[in-house]
Amino acid sequence: MRGYNFAYLDEQTKRMIRRAILKAVAVPGYQVPFGSREMPLPFGWGTGGIQVTASIIGADDVLKVIDQGADDTTNAVSIRRFFALTTGVRTTEETAEASIIQTRHRIPEKPLTADQILVYQVPIPEPLRWLEARETETRKMHALAEYGVMHVKLYEDIATHGRIATSYNYPVLVNERHVMAPSPIPKFDNPKMDHMPALQLFGAGREKRIYAVPPYTDVKSLDFEDYPFEKQTWEHACALCGSRDSYLDEVVTDDRGGRMFVCSDTDYCAERRDAGHVGTGAPVTYGADAAE
Amino acid sequence: MAGPVIMPGLADPVADSQSVFRGVLHAMSRPGTIVHLAGLGEAPAPLSPAAAALCLSLVDHDTPLWLDCAVAGGQGAADFLRFHCGSPVVARPEEAVFAVVADAAAMPPLSSFDPGTPEYPDRSATVIIQVAGLADDAGMRLSGPGIEAEARLRVDGAPADLWDWVRDNHGLYPCGVDIVFAAGERIAALPRSTRVEG
Repeated sequence: MRGYNFAYLDEQTKRMIRRAILKAVAVPGYQVPFGSREMPLPFGWGTGGIQVTASIIGADDVLKVIDQGADDTTNAVSIRRFFALTTGVRTTEETAEASIIQTRHRIPEKPLTADQILVYQVPIPEPLRWLEARETETRKMHALAEYGVMHVKLYEDIATHGRIATSYNYPVLVNERHVMAPSPIPKFDNPKMDHMPALQLFGAGREKRIYAVPPYTDVKSLDFEDYPFEKQTWEHACALCGSRDSYLDEVVTDDRGGRMFVCSDTDYCAERRDAGHVGTGAPVTYGADAAE
Repeated sequence: MAGPVIMPGLADPVADSQSVFRGVLHAMSRPGTIVHLAGLGEAPAPLSPAAAALCLSLVDHDTPLWLDCAVAGGQGAADFLRFHCGSPVVARPEEAVFAVVADAAAMPPLSSFDPGTPEYPDRSATVIIQVAGLADDAGMRLSGPGIEAEARLRVDGAPADLWDWVRDNHGLYPCGVDIVFAAGERIAALPRSTRVEG
């Protein structure tokens, strides 16, 4: 694209971000401050992930971008087009074909390989932020590995709700040292982070932080012995592909209680349908109206 | 006017620094893995092509650079780095964000370099050590983040106390320096997170 450097960012910015990424990899789960730049879209739209992707991407890469698991949502389409325009790289919707996958709020259902890099868009990188507002304090808490306040929060969940009510952005302990926000992925995806063969990079543009989980690194969801971590389950199968082990979105189909449960990972669902798997195709219904 | 001739830097600064970075990212996220940085140009002695390329890709005016006597003394090499990277060259190892060691046998202990602070462990040095050879099928046993079960790394021409230094460095975790070994066009990294056993 004329008038812009490859991948939009200038080379000095890329070097600064690359140095931050290397330090992030060397201290898994620790948030490295970086000089986040103004991007041609507002903070909150994935500027952190975009800056990380722009700093690692090369002409040979194949890029996939997902938003809540889907390749065809506004955020994913815009970011994919942005990189197609500024780098000329090949883009794809197939998980297995991509060398870099930028994601908002999901990890693909298909297991990632050692040849892939997963880039997360992160809104609030500090897992302790809602418990302690001061950056000086949270920094000290990470320095001292003083995470009691997080366990108190999870305990209060159990005391109030009878279970740990956190269902997304569920805190994890990385490399037995740093408590980390996995970004707002559903806790369903947390187990995929543990010992993942792919490198995982996290970029928070507004909050100006980069962090990383190297391949094959311990990522443990915080829990208690008597209240072990549990991921979500569904009574239903995907209405389109019949999958019973993927993360399902609930889609409201009418104003009479009609619901459809479908895979949130569009590529996973499409691949299963191509392979001949079919769901019921029908909504399920709840409530009094449905009995009419 | 006859002056010292400075060798050219990366042939294609944008594409080459990206591929060098991906190489070192791969090495850093998989400690002990040997990465071949292909297609590098010549480097001024005593810099190896890989060490020179790492500097050209990562070092700039924001990152004070420390050079050992071998590099600082080789007029071509110091001028090359000063010209292409534009970084301040510092006299004391503890002031450096990046350090280049060409004569590994004479290098100062790893503890001379900045390990960062408990609040900001990222503000630590990255030490590039040129060595005679690297092998990943023998030598020390590595484990930790980035390593599936166990990796091996043998460093030829390493300082005698290297592995003691590396163990002490790991003991500082999450503080500590990160090492990139460079041999010819090949690199291997040893971040502070890696555990080393003899």
